[in-house]
Amino acid sequence: MKPLVRLPGIAPLLLLFSATVLGLLIILPLGIVFQQAFAKGLAAYLAPLREPDAQAAIRLTLLVAAIAVPLNAVFGLAAAWTVARFEFRGKTLLLALIDLPFSISPVVSGLVWVLLFGAQGWFGALLQAWGVKIIFATTGLVLATILVTLPFVARELIPLMQAQGSDEEAAALTLGASGPTTFLRITLPNVKWALIYGVLLCNARAMGEFGAVSVVSGHIRGVTDTLPLHIEALYNDYDFVGAFAVATLLAALGLVTLLVKTALEWRFADELAASRPR
Amino acid sequence: MPLEIKSLSKAFGQYPALNDVSLTAADGEFLALLGPSGSGKTTLLRILAGLEQPDAGEVLLNGEDFLSQSIGARRVGMVFQHYALFRHMTVEQNIAFGLRVRPAAARPKRRVIAERVTELLALMQLEGLGRRYPSQLSGGQRQRVALARALAIEPRMLLLDEPFGALDAQVRRELRRWLRQVHDRTGVTTVFVTHDQEEALDLADRVAVLKDGAVVQVGEPHQVYAEPANGFVYDFLGPACRLPGLVADGRLTVADWTSPAPSGAPEGEVELYFRPNEVSLAAADGPGFSARVLHAGVRGASGKIECAVGEAILELEAAGSPRPTFVSRGADIRVTPIRYKLYPRAD
Repeated sequence: MKPLVRLPGIAPLLLLFSATVLGLLIILPLGIVFQQAFAKGLAAYLAPLREPDAQAAIRLTLLVAAIAVPLNAVFGLAAAWTVARFEFRGKTLLLALIDLPFSISPVVSGLVWVLLFGAQGWFGALLQAWGVKIIFATTGLVLATILVTLPFVARELIPLMQAQGSDEEAAALTLGASGPTTFLRITLPNVKWALIYGVLLCNARAMGEFGAVSVVSGHIRGVTDTLPLHIEALYNDYDFVGAFAVATLLAALGLVTLLVKTALEWRFADELAASRPR
Repeated sequence: MPLEIKSLSKAFGQYPALNDVSLTAADGEFLALLGPSGSGKTTLLRILAGLEQPDAGEVLLNGEDFLSQSIGARRVGMVFQHYALFRHMTVEQNIAFGLRVRPAAARPKRRVIAERVTELLALMQLEGLGRRYPSQLSGGQRQRVALARALAIEPRMLLLDEPFGALDAQVRRELRRWLRQVHDRTGVTTVFVTHDQEEALDLADRVAVLKDGAVVQVGEPHQVYAEPANGFVYDFLGPACRLPGLVADGRLTVADWTSPAPSGAPEGEVELYFRPNEVSLAAADGPGFSARVLHAGVRGASGKIECAVGEAILELEAAGSPRPTFVSRGADIRVTPIRYKLYPRAD
């Protein structure tokens, strides 16, 4: 590493400090996950992944993410567009609301759905009469995940769209492009990378979410347990190899997300630079 | 009259941006909208482009109602202040955009579009840059791409918003001459907005001076410069010196100087405007009003003399060198404006 500016006496200390923190808090635990998972050999590692309950948890996690992430991508795009392109009263309030899921505990994000749709909740009796089950069912897991991951896409897009301004869209309109054409050929390509980043982060969080889904899940093995909940269940059963084996899936997801993000940055560096506001 | 703007008004909340503005432009004319920031000139341009809707008024182009037409249908070429080039498209793709987004029936063939792009690249002296992205171009090149993109749709009118605002002085002068040539070659009616009086006077066929959302004066550059309608226009068109005076009984009195008032001068309290270089200087016993020299320096080819007349401070320019010997710090001199304008005192 070549320093841009050398701060005498300070630079080595700071480097050492950040390397220690990274090592102790991130690399070491990540290593332990894999070490524990493979502690009793490959066969013992693969067995817990082949179990029907684990397979069901994988499928459920993918299903929840497949519903929650696209919905949040659309919401994020719409919200960012609204905030970046319009001046209106209550804009600050809207921004605060978008950030709210970041600042409240995920447990609360799960609990609100129980209070609304649970058996004792506001709409509980009504839902029971209709025979609709939201809490302790996939719908509840999706709702909780959407709420927790709500800010990810919007937060990536808002600063970029605000900085880019609307001149390019105005130019496209004066050149005769229709509204939808302008959106598809100017607006969307300009925020493409931020959108992909947002979706990646949103997806990682959606699959890894524990607190909120824990509240609404009901922990029915093979039915309403997502991967993080399944890991907890295995751990509570003292099945450490099983718990860590399943945990490697989530850890791998995180690593893949990081890898894809880095690969995109490396492969499309020029385009990324071009999409930043000049 | 191809372009007729009639009594346009537009307010943003409480703030009136345009107030009863009427203007015309002849076919192929190069019209400059000149004014300080906040004078409403950009709002007027955006209304013409269809990006804003006026609260009241009419715009006609060749006699047809322009305001009821959609932005796209107006076929107006607009060059934005910061160019607004599509950053994810190459120069060629930028220029071709307006042709490519036409509905299938009206869209030229691929080959025709490519030819048109080549033609425009040549006209704009951008050969060889077609595959570059906007971020790889200099300011002057971006400006020319923006112009090429606007011209590609064969616009019925060209609108330029501070086209040279973001460029340095050298490039600005070059592009100015060149823009005028492009205009003369294409013959498109052009409206351009600027706050730079030199640019407006140098480039335009006619200049409209705007202040606080209203047109103060319209005319050919030399008319506007020679006969500013009021003190604001006088001040805005170049460096100005201002002194209070009085016109009574056919005599003009400024400080301790009196002279016959020019015919048509307003009676009563007036303000005297003159250009800092249009003065003749004399020693303390000469003609003119007396002034005390506070500072004498050099500005470019001419000498700069800062002096006090009563409570007013004037910055005069003495052409030629060496500077007269009687001009030195603390000296009393006499100043006679060679050419001046009188306007009734505003307050």
